Amino acid sequence: MDFEDSPEEADFRARVRAWIRDNAPRHLEAELKTAGFADNGIRSTDPLTACRAWQKQKYDAGWACLHWPKDYGGGGYQPIQRVIFGQEEGLYAALSGPFGIGQGMCGPTLMAWAAEAHKQRYLPPLASGEEIWCQLFSEPASGSDLAGLRTRAEPATDGSGDWIINGQKIWTSGAHRSEFGLLITRTDPSVPKHKGLTMFFLDMRSPGVEVRPIKQANGQSEFNEVYFTDVRIPDGQRLGAVGQGWEVSLTTLMNERLSIGSGMSLGFPELFAFCLEAEIDGRPAVDDSAVRSRLATYAVRQSGLKYTGMRAITALSKGQTPGPENSIGKLVAGTAMQELAMFALDLQGAAGVEMGDDQPLQGRFQKMLMRSPATRIEGGSDEILRNIIGERVLGLPGDVRVDKTVAFRDIPTSGRQKA
Amino acid sequence: MNLDFSDDQKQLQDQVRRFLAERCTSAAVRRIVETDETFDRPLYAGLAEMGVLGAAIPEEYGGVGLSKLELCLFAEELGRVIAPVPVSSSIYLAAEFLLLAGTEAQKKAWLPKLAAGEIVGTFAVTEGTGRTTPDKIRASVRNGRLSGGKVAVPDGAAADLAVVAARHGTGDGADAISLYLVDLRGPGVERTVLTTLDPSRKAASFTFTDTPAERLGGTGDGWHIAGQVMDRAAILMAFEQVGGSDRALEMARDYALDRMAFGRPIGSFQAIKHMLADMYVSATLARSNCYYAAWALSTDAAELPVAAATARVSATQSFQHCAKNNIQTHGGMGFTWAFDCHLYYRRSNALALSLGSLSTWESLLIERMRGGNAAVA
Repeated sequence: MDFEDSPEEADFRARVRAWIRDNAPRHLEAELKTAGFADNGIRSTDPLTACRAWQKQKYDAGWACLHWPKDYGGGGYQPIQRVIFGQEEGLYAALSGPFGIGQGMCGPTLMAWAAEAHKQRYLPPLASGEEIWCQLFSEPASGSDLAGLRTRAEPATDGSGDWIINGQKIWTSGAHRSEFGLLITRTDPSVPKHKGLTMFFLDMRSPGVEVRPIKQANGQSEFNEVYFTDVRIPDGQRLGAVGQGWEVSLTTLMNERLSIGSGMSLGFPELFAFCLEAEIDGRPAVDDSAVRSRLATYAVRQSGLKYTGMRAITALSKGQTPGPENSIGKLVAGTAMQELAMFALDLQGAAGVEMGDDQPLQGRFQKMLMRSPATRIEGGSDEILRNIIGERVLGLPGDVRVDKTVAFRDIPTSGRQKA
Repeated sequence: MNLDFSDDQKQLQDQVRRFLAERCTSAAVRRIVETDETFDRPLYAGLAEMGVLGAAIPEEYGGVGLSKLELCLFAEELGRVIAPVPVSSSIYLAAEFLLLAGTEAQKKAWLPKLAAGEIVGTFAVTEGTGRTTPDKIRASVRNGRLSGGKVAVPDGAAADLAVVAARHGTGDGADAISLYLVDLRGPGVERTVLTTLDPSRKAASFTFTDTPAERLGGTGDGWHIAGQVMDRAAILMAFEQVGGSDRALEMARDYALDRMAFGRPIGSFQAIKHMLADMYVSATLARSNCYYAAWALSTDAAELPVAAATARVSATQSFQHCAKNNIQTHGGMGFTWAFDCHLYYRRSNALALSLGSLSTWESLLIERMRGGNAAVA
């Protein structure tokens, strides 16, 4: 056991480090240190412009989408090299935020399912940040039950072979700044739900697409609603066969769960520092045995995630696929962040209600408290993640289903109406 | 980056697993639990023969001369089958005390016998309820004779040799405490085998009256040495707890697959499935924390004290969590004597108290992080 690079890894790290030292936008460093949820901290310039500039710089030097093939704008590197680049990129990685969904989920889906000409056309600008992609999956009536989606795709009646889209998507991150979107639709309501779905990609500037930001419970707007009214998509932008959409979506979701939750900060170092400063009955809070017990519980969760991540990196370093233990990341992090925030506020006492920027740690724990409910839901809710661990890792049987073999249009839509 | 054991190490682990699957069955554990037999002597002899006991003891002292990494993996296997043998007391503690603080003569006298399983060692420190601190140690040594009492001595029923923490002088500070080697089969030793939570490992209390005692390590160094040994033992104990966690989770999973209720396997109900998923999460966090601690142990890293406390807290939480929810998954059957669930529940709760309780280790972890021992997070 060791934490050293192999000679090849060390060479690679040295190259990356030198390039980042010479090229990173150092003038943004101070601002990036203030990054928070859905906020990369950039104030001195347009945040998206700053993100695009760094992404293009990486792309031109061959450091964008490291694990993608070179033919599609990637670096042609091994997964372990991608990890090393991320470690060396450090806080500048916050500038990759707007490209995460496109490069992490849409890109791999295109790679697996799109026609060669489309891969050549769309993947390089996705890697360079010149074109941003979003993922149009969730709907108001289908979140965890994604296959229950209702957005319709119907063949155009003009004989063009195009598809006409009507419906609504929700929780679409970055839709307002996206050039393209990956869209899952229902093409056949007369067959069971998983069999009547079809995947497309579309130009977000198409007529009939309307993006509306959602004001979230915490006051921020990271997500959107997207409405489709008679939106036309050429059949050539279909991914997979008609009716194969569910299978295509699994490619995307597999990649989603790998990217969300890996390396999440629970805010433990900040809490620990706060407990050294805060006082209980005139003594540092950290001297209190109840405080110690809570701190220890968060510390071992934080370190457990960290070393679970290192076990995955170990596997990558050996050229192996990481084991299922990585599936715990977001499940642990979401709840831990929420509990940790509540505990920090408890220590602040009555003053803990204030969340202005002049508060201790700039209201960091208050913001965490208000954002953490979303972490427990997005990208697979706690309950869905437990199902996945139970069924795919532990091998438990799936739940009894009442919706799998009936036609989609015959599935009840209200809990209070008679089936 | 290599936070994993080598293929060779895993192969040795696998051999021990197969040996234990054959020799340390539920029936073997129950024979110790249900009788006055102090420990499974044939099993212990077999472990000695395989080199498990002497794994991390140098060859010059009768050991096999492997590393602590192999011992970590063997500990995991012993924990998996809740082996009714005194490995932790004799090897993680007594042998480690000798290796760390013994004179050449003391090492030569005792280590080969411990490695061969000819004698059983233990560590006697506790004298009463609550966290053990130097001021609570009343046992004392004068002119090479020990007087006083010790309670809840792990594997005390089986032990032949004890490392005893006792005061050599006055004062409540740590520097009043020294360590002594005491022959428990010699004169002046009164032993009472205790009824405990976990009869698969039989503890005892001792009364010493002018018992011959030979100092181990420097005068006044006892508390410091004990701290170092307890940290190392805590890591190995944490591996036992990880092994126990995994087995308790497997038992629950298997039962959830087989047991039918309301016309379905109970594992198809989310109430059960999610409980098992949470057990998997605990066990995974504990395992990862243990791997890091194994690295610290095998390299004697400066981060060892934080790594040990982290592994210990995480593994204690995990084993208790998995063992209690294993019973819950089994329902009423889990509360019968006939099912093994209670044996794991007993062991998980006994290990949680051995070497210092959970709250003690939680407090130690935070003290050490505060002292800047290492950045855990």
